[in-house]
Order: sequence, then C-alpha cells, then structure tokens
Amino acid sequence: MTVPVLQTRELGKSFLKDDRYIVALRRFDLAVEQGSFVCVLGRSGCGKSTLLNLMAGLTRPSEGDIRYRGSPITRPNPAVGYLTQSDTLMPWRDVRRNVEMPLEIRGTPGADRHARADVLIDQVGLHGFGQHYPRELSGGMRRRASLARMLAGEPDTLLLDEPFAALDAHLRAEMQRLLLALWDGSGRTVVFVTHDIDEALVLSDRVVLLGPLGRILADLAVGLPRPRDVDDLRGDPQFVALRKRLSAALKDAAHDRDS
Amino acid sequence: MTAIPDPDTVWAHDLVEIPADRSWWAKHRSTVLVVMCRLVVLAVALIAWQLMSGPVVDRTLVSSPTQVWHQLVTWSADGTLWRNTWITIKEVALGYVFGAVTGAVAGFLITSAALLARVLDPFIMGLYSIPKVALAPLFIVWFGIGLEMKVVLAAATVFFLVFINTAHGVREIDPALLDAARLMGANRRDLLFKVTLPGSMSGVITGLRVSVPYALIGAVIGELVASNQGLGYLINNSASEFDTAGVFAALIVLSVIAAILNQGVTLLSHRSSRWKPLPGNE
Repeated sequence: MTVPVLQTRELGKSFLKDDRYIVALRRFDLAVEQGSFVCVLGRSGCGKSTLLNLMAGLTRPSEGDIRYRGSPITRPNPAVGYLTQSDTLMPWRDVRRNVEMPLEIRGTPGADRHARADVLIDQVGLHGFGQHYPRELSGGMRRRASLARMLAGEPDTLLLDEPFAALDAHLRAEMQRLLLALWDGSGRTVVFVTHDIDEALVLSDRVVLLGPLGRILADLAVGLPRPRDVDDLRGDPQFVALRKRLSAALKDAAHDRDS
Repeated sequence: MTAIPDPDTVWAHDLVEIPADRSWWAKHRSTVLVVMCRLVVLAVALIAWQLMSGPVVDRTLVSSPTQVWHQLVTWSADGTLWRNTWITIKEVALGYVFGAVTGAVAGFLITSAALLARVLDPFIMGLYSIPKVALAPLFIVWFGIGLEMKVVLAAATVFFLVFINTAHGVREIDPALLDAARLMGANRRDLLFKVTLPGSMSGVITGLRVSVPYALIGAVIGELVASNQGLGYLINNSASEFDTAGVFAALIVLSVIAAILNQGVTLLSHRSSRWKPLPGNE
C-alpha cells in the first residue's frame, strides 16, 4: 500500500479568543491518495479553511497529527500550491513578475524564469497581460494569474480554497474548465474546498462532505467519466443521483445542528 | 489601430481599450482655464496691494510690490539673497535626508520586534507630540546657533513622520501575502526584500512626502529662534529694522522654495504609484 499524500489522524484545531478556545476542527481523519481530485464540501464555518491551512503548514495542529507523504508537516510546505479565496498576488508586481516569484525564490536564472512565466501566462489565457498590475485586471483575470503563479512553483499537490466563489456563474464554469484542463494528466493531487455541490461533482473523483467541527458526513466516490464537459454533466443521471444524496446529507446536518 | 476588437474574439471579461482621438484643446481645456484664472487672481492681488499701499494702509507696515521687487533686485545683485537662500536649502536638505533615513530604518527595525514596539509606543508618541519649536532652546545649548542646530531641528520633525508612516506601512501588509511567499519557500531574507520592503513602500513614500514641508518649517524656525544667516535670519533682521519690504522679499523666496519642494514631491509620488493595494478582498 502506498503512503497517502496527505493524511490526518485525530486532527484537532482550536483558536484562543479572549478566555475561550474556539474549536474549529475535532478528531478529523482523512487520507488523500496520490493523483486524486478530492473536493471537501461543507457549509461555511465547518472548518474547511482551517483544514487547508493545516495542510499547507501555515498553522500547527492543536491535537493529533497531519502528514505529507508520511512526514509530519511542521512548516509552510513549498511542495503544495495554495490558492486562497482572496487574491494574494503581490500588488507591486505585474502579472509576469508575480508568476516568476516562486521561481525567483527558488533561484531559477532570469532567462529561464521569463520563458516559463510566458508559457504559463499563455496557458491560463492571459496572453498579452504580462505587463499589467493586479489592480488593472478584472477578478477573473486575477484568478488566472494566481493559478499561473501557483503552477510556476511546480507543486505536487494543489490546495484550493473556494477559489472561484467570488466569480459570476459563467466565469466560474470557465475557470473550472481551465482547472480541469491543467490538471488532467498532470498526476497532481488536488484538494478543493467548496460549498457548491455542483462544483464539487463536476470537478472531483471523491467528495468529502463535512459537518460542524469537521465531522465527516459522507465520503463518496464520483465515478463520472473523464474528461468531463462542465455543461453536459448536469443532465447525467449519475450526476443527478449524487447531487440528491449530497444535498439531502447537507440538509440533515443542518437539521441536526438546529434541533 | 483604431478598429474596435471583434466581440467574438475577446472574452467577456477582457478589458477592451480603444484609443480616444481628442484634440489638444479638448484634452487640456480645463487645465488652461485654471492656469489663466490663477494668473488673473495673482495680478488682481498685486495691483490691489500696490494701490492700497500708502493711501489706505501705512506703507511702512505693508510695503508695496514695487518696493519688494527693488529689495529682491538689490539683494540679488549684492549676493545676500543667494547666500542666505543657499544656507536655508542646505539646512532643509541635510535635515530631511538625516531624518528620513533614520526614520525609515527605525520604522523597519521596530516592527520586526513586536514586543519592543509595544513597550516604546507611548514614549514615541510622547516625543512625537512635543511641538518641535519647544526643542529649539535645548538644541541651541547642545549644538550652538550654527547650521547643526537647524539641521537637527528639521531632522527631528522629519524623523517622526517617516518613522510613524513606515511602521504603519509595515503593519498594514496583508499577512496572506507573507503566507503566500512562505509557501513559495521564502526565507526571512526573501520575505523582507520581496514582501515587507515593497509592501510598505506606500507608507514610506507617504512619510517622505508629508515630511518635506516640515523640513523647511524646522529649518526656518531654527533660524528665527537664533541665527546669523539664512532666510529666517533675513526675515528677523529686516523686521527688526522695520524693513517690511525685506520681510516680504524673504517670504516670497521661502514660498518659492516651498512650492518647488512640493511640486517635486508630487512628481515623485506620481511616478511611483502605478500600483496600489488591490481593491477590497472578499
């Protein structure tokens, strides 16, 4: 049996606020296999972002442990690429210099850097926008630039935290298509956090549904054939059935919490 | 290339730019009007001054534009004007550079030691709140009445403004940007040079910009309190001889220097502001 890329055991995380600990995640167990596309689905406040921050190594667990390829994560892990909900492009760098930044930190020589950045900028559909600063771009274009920067670091594993939540429906579908195109055949592992059932089903091999405090309510394999067409999928009977199950499970969870 | 791009070949979210053909007059009309109005205001003020000086107000009190002009010409011819202006400019420049460099360095250092910053905060604010004129007598005791005392007085004001704005700029950096850089494998040095320094630049520049006039104020106040050269001295000296034309002449030179400094600062800040922080992140 191969070692999972990401594995948590009894993982717990709480934050100190005044005189109280706010618990975000409790006794959370999950293993993510190499090369899989896993969607973590849940309502806001179920600890999804906390989980990704732990996976990226930006925060330490309060209890339990979390491992990347078998070794404990103790500091920010450059082998993962992390796309957060808000933009973290450096506003003082133009698109190209933003995309080059991971390569710069790694010490890649200048000419190499330019060439790689240009390829990535074309791949995400930003051809001709290399000299633009983030504030001169629309929200969708900034997402593209962020995606290009993340890929420049050549991460093995991608962590995405509701990356397209702020975009309109049309643009979101386009970005999903782009993400799938970039992922297909790359062998990369993806953990994608969302609160949108359709988005989770369209993208992933596996959907992990989280309830309050990171309790796993459902863990489903999504056997829909690839490559997927984002638009055709919505009528697929298997898609509809999965959608129904997840939506019912989410409702139950809400009901449990309220009662 | 004035063709409007074909809608089928651009994305809905692309920015489409079309060159705007405007004549020189259409582009600059309002600017030209404003400049012309300013000239009119100036002319009216000068003429009113000239006409009222004597018949309406005592000439020894307000002098007149022609007298002031004569004074400027005389001082210019005998070198008084240039010598004293040069002294003041030197004080302003030295005080500014001295205060700005120490202020920026101190601003960066203090933010890297959070505990120290908290401990020192009330002391710094206390020192900052002292009117700098009140320090002049002390600086005279310490540095004499020469150039040094004016430089220190100017630097003292500039230091606090640059220091406070730099520290503010560093604190305002989005922690998510630092996290993003850490995930790229950045070490402390990378974080400093690739995130903290560029990210706080707008704060530093604000400090540098707002403190320019204060360097001039500091130097001139120093000259007014105690000196034997500089534009402040010229003002004091003329006033003590009831030579209002001399006072006005020196004031005019001062305001020209101030205007040039402000213009220079505006130009610099325009050049460095192509990027601004991203609009409100969700």
